[in-house]
Amino acid sequence: MSTFHLTYKPFGNSAILIEWPAKIAEDIIQDIVIFEKKITKNSSVVDTVVAYHSLLIKYTAPVANYTSTTRELQELYTTTSSQKKEVQQLWQIPVCYHPSFGLDLEEMAAKKHCTVEDIITLHTGVSYLIYFIGFLPGFLYLGGLHATLHTPRIATPRIRVAKGSVGIGGAQTGVYPQNSSGGWNIIGKSPVNFFNTKNVAPIFAKPGDRIQFIPITLATFYEVEKEVANKTYTLKSSLL
Amino acid sequence: MIEVLHSVMYCSVQDKGRFGVAKQGIPQAGYLDSSAAALANVLLKNNEKDAVLEITFGQGTFKFKTATYICITGANFSPKLNGQAIAVHQVYYVAPDTVLSFGKRMYGARTYVAVQGGIQSEKVLGSRSFSFSITPQTLTKGVLLAILPIQEEHTASFSKVRVSKTHFTTRYLPCFKGPEYAKLTKEQQVQLAKSFTISEDNNRVGCRLQEPLENKLSPILTAAVLPGTVQLTPSGKCIVLLQDCQVTGGYPRILQLSEIAMARISQKIAGDTIQFVLED
Repeated sequence: MSTFHLTYKPFGNSAILIEWPAKIAEDIIQDIVIFEKKITKNSSVVDTVVAYHSLLIKYTAPVANYTSTTRELQELYTTTSSQKKEVQQLWQIPVCYHPSFGLDLEEMAAKKHCTVEDIITLHTGVSYLIYFIGFLPGFLYLGGLHATLHTPRIATPRIRVAKGSVGIGGAQTGVYPQNSSGGWNIIGKSPVNFFNTKNVAPIFAKPGDRIQFIPITLATFYEVEKEVANKTYTLKSSLL
Repeated sequence: MIEVLHSVMYCSVQDKGRFGVAKQGIPQAGYLDSSAAALANVLLKNNEKDAVLEITFGQGTFKFKTATYICITGANFSPKLNGQAIAVHQVYYVAPDTVLSFGKRMYGARTYVAVQGGIQSEKVLGSRSFSFSITPQTLTKGVLLAILPIQEEHTASFSKVRVSKTHFTTRYLPCFKGPEYAKLTKEQQVQLAKSFTISEDNNRVGCRLQEPLENKLSPILTAAVLPGTVQLTPSGKCIVLLQDCQVTGGYPRILQLSEIAMARISQKIAGDTIQFVLED
């Protein structure tokens, strides 16, 4: 690890942007996650933002000496971390692909000359890597969607997509963490809460974790929904 | 308690915002004109980071159910207590059941109302700032906001200050080169140094500028943005992101406003002129 050529740029006067080669790749995001963990040990860092090939570091105050701060970061990048690798988890996310939730399933199947079942099998057949969280609080950027399922966004975005809706937009798939407008093809709905400000960690997952969608029936959906509301539901996960 | 008497579109509680949670996709939020908000708190001898009301275009009427001291800064929309005109940048005692309202616009866009001890609304994820999907988004009629009982009598020693109008009238916005500035052509860089007009399309998330740049830049892979980031959209129009912006975006980030520039632009209204000035 730590073999990428990184570039450092000031971003305003109190943040530094670090960039990896501009592509979406699993080894890049894993490298960013490791570096991010080393950096957040520094108490003058107030926030970090991980994205596909970049890491933003926000400091509590303007960076007084950009050159020396950057040099320290470069040294930190190449030091092998003595700490244990962060525990990464595989989260099982129940999704109901019933047509009452999967508003665009049939149209997608028709366009792709396959059955709705085929779409569900492909969507639930792999685990997805969490690249980062953005767009909305709790929205996970996922990688690994099967090429057959890549589908352009719908022509006219919906004014309201229900919280929990599972969608496909281009080469991406994801879950809407709250009611929102949106242009993705909606194929199902998860009863799980992706963002809860009452929890110590409002989001259960982090970049580097993986998620797998587990198909559930309509009856199970309502059961889980009730358990989530009563706070008796525990999300299943395993170590990677 | 403060009671919201009149339901308003763009009125919210704001403090410095949320920190340490950006990696969970949570916007920073916080006062748009941090210098005006800080001044109101300082004049009341509050903590600089205390929560205040942020009122856009003087829209709103409020009743103080309990006694407190208040101070109004930022945009001047002819504030009144029980119909009697009061000054900005000055501390006033308000008796129970006093009504605060606003009138004619003198200058600016965002007014700050601070109370002694700061507004005590609920803290979510370390901040009282209103934010989409985290707190209520705007103050509506009938909402009650907790405030502290009077802590100590306010001594009027230096409670009136003169504030330079330049903050509200200047078009100049000091800023830094953004991460994608170097990708701009010479012509684009020249265009960017000219003046721009604030469009109608402006709120706490961002402010769209009217004059388009010629643009052949392709989008970037989604990456971090900050309040104050100037994005160049495919249409060539620039968007200046403000405090409620998302944590990531996919448009080239061509400039980054300084903190004072963010405060200045938040006091502009549609039709006003701004000009970016690059600092080294």
